Amino acid sequence: MSVHEQFAEDLALHALSTLEGNERAALEQHLSSCGDCRQELEQLRGDMSLLALSTVGPKPPARCRQRLLDAVARESRHSSSKTSSPWWSAARWLAAAALLTLVALLLQQNTRLRQRVASLQNQSGDQVAELEQAKEIVQTLTATDALRVTLVAAKTPPQPQGKAIYARNRSSLIFLASNFRPLPADKIYELWLVPTKGAPIAAGLFKPDSSGSAAVINPPLPAGVEAKAFIVTLEPESGSHEAPRGAAVMSGAGE
Amino acid sequence: MPNADLKVVSNDASLVSAIRAGGSHGMAELYDRYSGIVYAVALRVLGDTGAAEDVLQEVFLQLWRNPGLFDSSRGNLAPWLAVITRNRAIDVLRKRKPETDIADVVLSVQPDMAGEAGRSQAMEKVRDTIGSMPTAQRDALQMAYFEGLSHSEIAAKTGEPLGTIKTRIRAGLLTLRKAFN
Repeated sequence: MSVHEQFAEDLALHALSTLEGNERAALEQHLSSCGDCRQELEQLRGDMSLLALSTVGPKPPARCRQRLLDAVARESRHSSSKTSSPWWSAARWLAAAALLTLVALLLQQNTRLRQRVASLQNQSGDQVAELEQAKEIVQTLTATDALRVTLVAAKTPPQPQGKAIYARNRSSLIFLASNFRPLPADKIYELWLVPTKGAPIAAGLFKPDSSGSAAVINPPLPAGVEAKAFIVTLEPESGSHEAPRGAAVMSGAGE
Repeated sequence: MPNADLKVVSNDASLVSAIRAGGSHGMAELYDRYSGIVYAVALRVLGDTGAAEDVLQEVFLQLWRNPGLFDSSRGNLAPWLAVITRNRAIDVLRKRKPETDIADVVLSVQPDMAGEAGRSQAMEKVRDTIGSMPTAQRDALQMAYFEGLSHSEIAAKTGEPLGTIKTRIRAGLLTLRKAFN
C-alpha cells in the first residue's frame, strides 16, 4: 500500500474526525479517487479504536440495560417489519410497481384534463365573443334612438314594411317593422307565423313607435316549425291572441 | 483457545443476525458484552454520567434500528462500537449534530477483541503502549481522541507548532498499530 505522503498526517486527523475546513475538503476529494489512502484511513480508524481500550471506568448503572430493552421492545414491531420474507418483499415490489403505474396513469389523465380545460377555455372565449357580437346586433336593431332608413325606388313614398328573419332549426325569429301607421285606439299589431301545415302561430304583439318602427325579437315558438309565410294583423288589444281575429295588414312568403 | 475465539466471533455475527431478524435477545447479549466499553468511552469523553447514559442508549438503539450498518466481515463489533461511541460523544460535547455518518465508519482492526480474554489482553497492551509514549505525544493523542480537539486547538493549547501536533498524532496512532502487528 502506498499512501500519498502529503495526505498522511491529515488522514490521521480525519480518522479522529478533527480535520476541518479546506484541508478536510481537499482530503475527501483525494479519497474519492485513491483506494490506498482509503485503506489507510480504515487502518487509522482501527488504530484509533484501540484508544478506547485504554479507558477504565465503572460499569453502566443497571437501569441503563432496562431502559434499552424497554426501548427495543417498544420498537420491536417496527424493527420486525423491516425484516421481510421473500414473499413480503415481492409483494412490496409489486405494490411499488402498481403505485408507479397508478401515478403514471394519473399523470396521463391529468394531462388530458388540462388539455380539455384549455380547449373549453378557448371555446368559452369564442362563445363570449360571439355573444358580445350578438348583443351588439340586437342592441342596434332594438335601440330606440337608432336611425332606421328603408331604401325604396326613387320618388316612391315610404311604405309600411316588415322584415322577418326566421331560423327554423334554432326557432329564432327577428321581425323588424318600419313606416307602420299609428295604431287606432285599443288596437295592437300581431305577427303570425304561417306554417306549411296547420293554423297560424302567434309570434308576438307589437306597437310601432312614433316613427312607425317596431321589433319582435325571438318570440316563444314551437321547435322546428317550417314556415311558409308571415302575416301581420291588426288585433283588438284585449282578449285572446291565440288565433287571428282581425284583418291582415301585411303578409309575406319566404323566398 | 483459537477455537474458543472463533466461537465468540461467530457469536457476534450471529447476534447481529438475530438483531437483523428482530430478536431482542440478541440485543440484550450484545449489551451485556459491550456496554462496559461503550459507557467507559462515553463517560471519559463527556465526564457526566447522565450524558454518558444517553450516548450509551443512543449507540445501542442505532445498532438495533440499523444492524446492517455494521459489516461483520470488516472487523469486530467492539472497536466499531468504540468509534461510533467516541464520535457521538464528541458531537454531544461540542453540542453539534452528528458529523459522521455511521455508514461511513469503516475500520480495520488486527487484534481479536470479541472474546473476553482477547479483549483483556488487548486492553493491557494498549495501556502499556500509551504509557510508553512520550508525554507530549500521548497528550496530543488523548486531546484529539477524548476531547475532540482539532490540531489547531491543541496547538493553541500547548503552544506547539501545528505541524508538530499533526506529526505527534499520526505517530501515536502508528505506534498503537505497531504494537499489535
